[in-house]
Amino acid sequence: MSYLNLENLSKSFKDDKVISNLNAKIDKGEFFVVFGPSGSGKTVLLRLLSGIMLLDNGEIEMNSQVINEFQPEERDISMAFQNFALYPHMKAYDNIASPLRANNMNIPDDEIDQKVKEVASLLKIEHVLNQFPKELSNGQKQRTSLARSLISKPSVVLLDDPLRNVDAKIRFEMRLELPRVLKEFNTTVIYVTQDFREAMALGDRIAVLYDGKFNDINSPKNIYQNPSSLTTAKLFGDPTINNFDANIKKQNDFVHVEVKGEQFKLKRKTNIQDGDCIIGIRPEDIILSNESSENSIEVEFRTKTPLNLRIVFLVRLNNGLEFLCSTTEEESQLIDENKKMYISFLDEKSHFFDKETKRNLE
Amino acid sequence: MKFNIWFLLKILAYIAIIMFFLFPIAWIFNMSFMTNDEILRKVPVLFYEPTFKNYIGLWEGEIAIEGFATMYVFFKQNLINSAILSVGSVSVTLLLGVPAAYAFARYKFKGGEDIAFTLLSFRFAPALLIILPLNLYFSKIGLYDSYFALIWVYQLITLPLLLWIVRGYFEDISPDIEYAYRLDGHSWFQSFWRISIPLAKPGIAAASLLCFIYAWNNFVFALILGSSQIQPVTVGALAFITASAIPYGLIACGIVVSVLPTLILALFIQKYLVQGLSLGAIKG
Repeated sequence: MSYLNLENLSKSFKDDKVISNLNAKIDKGEFFVVFGPSGSGKTVLLRLLSGIMLLDNGEIEMNSQVINEFQPEERDISMAFQNFALYPHMKAYDNIASPLRANNMNIPDDEIDQKVKEVASLLKIEHVLNQFPKELSNGQKQRTSLARSLISKPSVVLLDDPLRNVDAKIRFEMRLELPRVLKEFNTTVIYVTQDFREAMALGDRIAVLYDGKFNDINSPKNIYQNPSSLTTAKLFGDPTINNFDANIKKQNDFVHVEVKGEQFKLKRKTNIQDGDCIIGIRPEDIILSNESSENSIEVEFRTKTPLNLRIVFLVRLNNGLEFLCSTTEEESQLIDENKKMYISFLDEKSHFFDKETKRNLE
Repeated sequence: MKFNIWFLLKILAYIAIIMFFLFPIAWIFNMSFMTNDEILRKVPVLFYEPTFKNYIGLWEGEIAIEGFATMYVFFKQNLINSAILSVGSVSVTLLLGVPAAYAFARYKFKGGEDIAFTLLSFRFAPALLIILPLNLYFSKIGLYDSYFALIWVYQLITLPLLLWIVRGYFEDISPDIEYAYRLDGHSWFQSFWRISIPLAKPGIAAASLLCFIYAWNNFVFALILGSSQIQPVTVGALAFITASAIPYGLIACGIVVSVLPTLILALFIQKYLVQGLSLGAIKG
């Protein structure tokens, strides 16, 4: 029995369907990452869950109770906003204490004090509790806003791209620290991000949001290695996956691929039908070499550029088709760009997608 | 030296500005301590023996002017009337205007902009245009010569002013801050009372001060719609000018006394005016 059950959620603004028929089941204590490109409706989704916006259609069920009509303050859901949304006229201390001071809580002051200090020390902001938000750095604001969303130990915590507005160093620190902090509170987390690395680093499961619904809900590893559609495959990976229209034909243990007159074969088994499809190969699944081998294709060097400690080569086939290949730095040093170059594929790691629906055919 | 010339020009400019704005006030202040004879002397005197006769006369309601009969004035009552009318209308304006400004800022409802503009348009029409019909209505429904009627009519001036100023301040507050407070477990009204209002305080203070000044200085409405029982200082001062005498000292004295409350209020509210919105809680 899942804890948070989203059924056919829909929300549109005038004619713009931002969320349409979105479904998900989220378990108690799960770290659920919602990943999507900007404008895909991630923030709207969080607002629907928190009750800031009301649904057009569908049902939000929490702990076997439909909470559609609940006011935000009645939902036992907290949220850390992307822009922090701290109260400018209150000190960090009062910002964090705010949820404990809500009317139904009736917590004595010394207990509030103790709890605020506890969560502040966990997030390492004890020294700024007496400062106003405008005196805090972005990182401290972000931690204050996190502290505020966690202090009342809500059943569900919504984190709206909390690392978006902090600089790279703090982002990295927080990425390491967040799972530890959230574990302490043992709460269900819905985390929104548009950074696929962040999604893969943090999530128990990742839901990929585009076209108003979750198109994949899967573990980070599965999403990357076995994307359900070309769109998902394109969203995960930097540089993005190579993809092109192809015609395939199975023969024994091989798949013969024809792309714009160029032929090559992949040594792998598959159950898909012969015919037209889109083939997708990740840049790191392409082997680049100066030596030709049995299944290799000759390519022409175009350019190369470093990216995240790897080197990305842009190479071109005789028929004009361009490939991105990503190699480690050591590998790249073995390649002489002035000599003839060949590519071959890590055969098992190619993906076939339907030409029309872009769904993964396997 | 270039620096010295600029410095000199700056000082001269300051002096010119101060003369322009403050000299009349200083002169009136001076006049209030003079007798009528001293004021009317052809070459104005700078040194004279200050007298408190005007102030005492103003307070006691009767003053003897040399060569004329004793004058009776109701200045004390006028001052109380001014206070009742101004405080009353600012209170009503705050009570109605602040929630209305919030509604116009936050909610887009059908005809909302039209209503807001209509309210503003009350400020376009000259008061004289509406005052005669109002006078007839108020006589008919028995509101003529009542504080209630004047406070009501003053809303035409103060309400649109406060509404449009405060609306802008509410619009500057990120709605997320209010949502965050509600997600903390507070009701809508608590978020309005503890988040929106404190954050719009500089705007509310500035608008209230302006409304107070407008209400305090109003002349036409009070002149037509009320008798001397409820008339404020602006109208009351008119009574100083009689067929037999124009007691300039008394008038100056009345002006000084009637300016004081606004001045004190302005000084008191100043700290809110300069406080400004501290928007540090939103991303930098």
